[in-house]
Amino acid sequence: MSKYDLIIVGVGGQGAILASDIIGKAAVAEGLPVRAAETHGMAQRGGAVENHVRLGCTHGSLIPVRQADCLMSMEPVEALRFAKYLSTKGIAVINTERIVPPIVATGKVKYPDVDVIIDTIGGLCSEVKAENYTELAKKAGAIQALNVVMIGAISRYLPLKPETLREIIAASVPPKTVNVNLKAFDLGREA
Amino acid sequence: MSKHYLLGNEAIARGLLECGVDVATGYPGTPSSEILTALAQYAKENKFHIEWSVNEKVALEVAIGAAWTGARSVCTMKHVGLNVAADPFMTLSHTGVVGGLVLISADDPFCHSSQNEQDSRMYAKFAKIPCFDPQSPGEAKDMLAYAYEFSEKFQTPVMLRPTTRVSHAKSDVDVYELQSRDRAYEFKKDIERFVVLPKHTRVLLKKLNEKQKAMSKELASSPWNKLSLKEGAKLGIISSGVASVYVEEVLDGIGIPVSYLKIGAYPVDDSLIRELVTSVEKVLVIEELMPLVEEQVRMYAPFEKVSGKLNGAVPHEGEFDVTLVSGIIKKALGLPVQKPADVNVDIEIPQRPPALCPGCPHRSTFYIMKSVFKDESIFASDIGCYTLGTQLGAVDTCLCMGASITIASGLSHSGIKNKVACTIGDSTFLHTGIQGLINAVYNKANITVVILDNRTTAMTGHQPHPGTGATILGDPVTEVSLEALVKSCGVELLQVVDPFDPETTKAAFKKAYQTDGVNVIIARQPCIITAKKMGIKRKPMEVIEDLCEGCRRCVKFGCPAIEFENGKAKITDACAGCGVCTKICQFGAIKIRSD
Repeated sequence: MSKYDLIIVGVGGQGAILASDIIGKAAVAEGLPVRAAETHGMAQRGGAVENHVRLGCTHGSLIPVRQADCLMSMEPVEALRFAKYLSTKGIAVINTERIVPPIVATGKVKYPDVDVIIDTIGGLCSEVKAENYTELAKKAGAIQALNVVMIGAISRYLPLKPETLREIIAASVPPKTVNVNLKAFDLGREA
Repeated sequence: MSKHYLLGNEAIARGLLECGVDVATGYPGTPSSEILTALAQYAKENKFHIEWSVNEKVALEVAIGAAWTGARSVCTMKHVGLNVAADPFMTLSHTGVVGGLVLISADDPFCHSSQNEQDSRMYAKFAKIPCFDPQSPGEAKDMLAYAYEFSEKFQTPVMLRPTTRVSHAKSDVDVYELQSRDRAYEFKKDIERFVVLPKHTRVLLKKLNEKQKAMSKELASSPWNKLSLKEGAKLGIISSGVASVYVEEVLDGIGIPVSYLKIGAYPVDDSLIRELVTSVEKVLVIEELMPLVEEQVRMYAPFEKVSGKLNGAVPHEGEFDVTLVSGIIKKALGLPVQKPADVNVDIEIPQRPPALCPGCPHRSTFYIMKSVFKDESIFASDIGCYTLGTQLGAVDTCLCMGASITIASGLSHSGIKNKVACTIGDSTFLHTGIQGLINAVYNKANITVVILDNRTTAMTGHQPHPGTGATILGDPVTEVSLEALVKSCGVELLQVVDPFDPETTKAAFKKAYQTDGVNVIIARQPCIITAKKMGIKRKPMEVIEDLCEGCRRCVKFGCPAIEFENGKAKITDACAGCGVCTKICQFGAIKIRSD
């Protein structure tokens, strides 16, 4: 059994692996057993990525469908793609900044309306929190800090102390960017 | 002891270090690639040899040489890599080893990043060597210490076979102190063992067969094969590897007694199977990929008693998860299978397949090649990032590592009238591509070979190779000259181009198109990701809206940084500044960003 199942989704290159790493290390620091599964290889290159993190879990690393307590999505359409994992009691935290796939840019398919995406996911779980977290990352000082902004945003729901997360963030990001990332965490948490 | 949060492959690397490995070799391939990278960081301090070899056969042979001196060696690869190494692998079981040798072959159920699904346990059985099949990163690490001792005790190579959900899973893992490493390395000559003349091999084969029983007996009492018989159980489940964690998660939540045999090491002793089979009414075998255990179980039980892949109760393809395994077990127990309510979203979700990165030099090469050779030419390709050139219509075939030049040769010899061009990466060319080039020239093929030289092994995580001028430790070495290699194969027309300079690149492709026989273009420009790490900074581009006519020519280039909004092109923050799009736009609407 698992105490808290989190699924992190987005587009290859957005930093999903580092985000799940920070949460996993924070769990270890607090003595919680943790299992996680990562997407590697081809999907790194602009493809859809999904990372599973299971806190307080001693079984496998894959979250069963409709069992995730939290879906953290760094891109709106990816929230929709992986919505099947969300528990009806779960929360979805969604970045509203779009990354348009080439299939949309060439005019073959339309990108769904972001408000419609949010409404649809709202019908699948108990709560949706949607913000432009990319703007907050820019405000913190670097667009690359989006993943940490979003960790801040979901930190209110995770069974982990914010101080632990801050410590692990400081130890996990490039030394020059520690301040930017800690600011990013705070902006996300306050949003 | 302390707890660390480790990727499965990092846990394996740590395990190898704790076992005091002397020689580590491999060729990158997802999901195995991070093992050597993680191990390399300890190499200098702990004074062991580590290398990226040019291919898996070479890697295994280096590891074997070391193990024959009493050293502990490891060789890492992915399942399809084992096909390349199959030749030494099959004979190695006959000669055996002196120091422990662990071959790690990582399998990829559902082919997340592979050209096929393939079960390395079958190879282990084929070669008659033990195989360890971990269910988690922690178990993979723990198995290594046992595996080395087992290898040395039975003088046999052993296999560790993680799957994607072990290699790329993360977990809290126990980390221990390193064992001391004070071995006396010595090669004791023994031609009856190390020279596989028929006369010698016949004896070696008999010895190999004789030790099978002793090995399976020993493994029966190991911590990796665990039988738990439950009173009153009518159903017995047998599972192996990562499938066993899914089974255990399901059994945890079911209030019905079920007997359970968890298998983590092969060959499986008959006694364990017989004990389970005779104690229950029905047996269910749940294993990913091939029905290896199931076939063994069916040797001892009536067909009707056993469920698994062979009677359709368990799927033959793809990877498992808790939901799937739960359905299988509940059905076997006669319990109602409640599928989680489907999430029906009434919106078309745009596909987002992996794509070449913004600023990837391959995109430019493909684009230009296609513009010269046109649709009617045939484009053979190979394994690497550039297989994604399918999206530009510039990849028509991809079979296995190193097959682009050979497939292209076959196409050209077939009698078809089309022009044939093939693409291959620098690392893949050194892996097994060069033999194809030698053959193409020797046998007078009529092809253009494009070596996409991005100075790294990009797809698997930017590992160096002999053409990059660096070892796995970052030590500088003499670069292999691709130009000299190509020339020495007898190629007369060799052109080296910079794909970020579309004009000269186009001229080279035009010349290639008009040339008969084998000609080679080396398209050289560092991978955009390594270029950034090397500190190469390029300014991003922007669209001058007033000049944009909305023709979508730049969008068709397929760069993820080029979007289309309100009838005009738009370049996003993802732009890496290669600048090729500025030359594609016929209206001069794309320029270097002014700020």
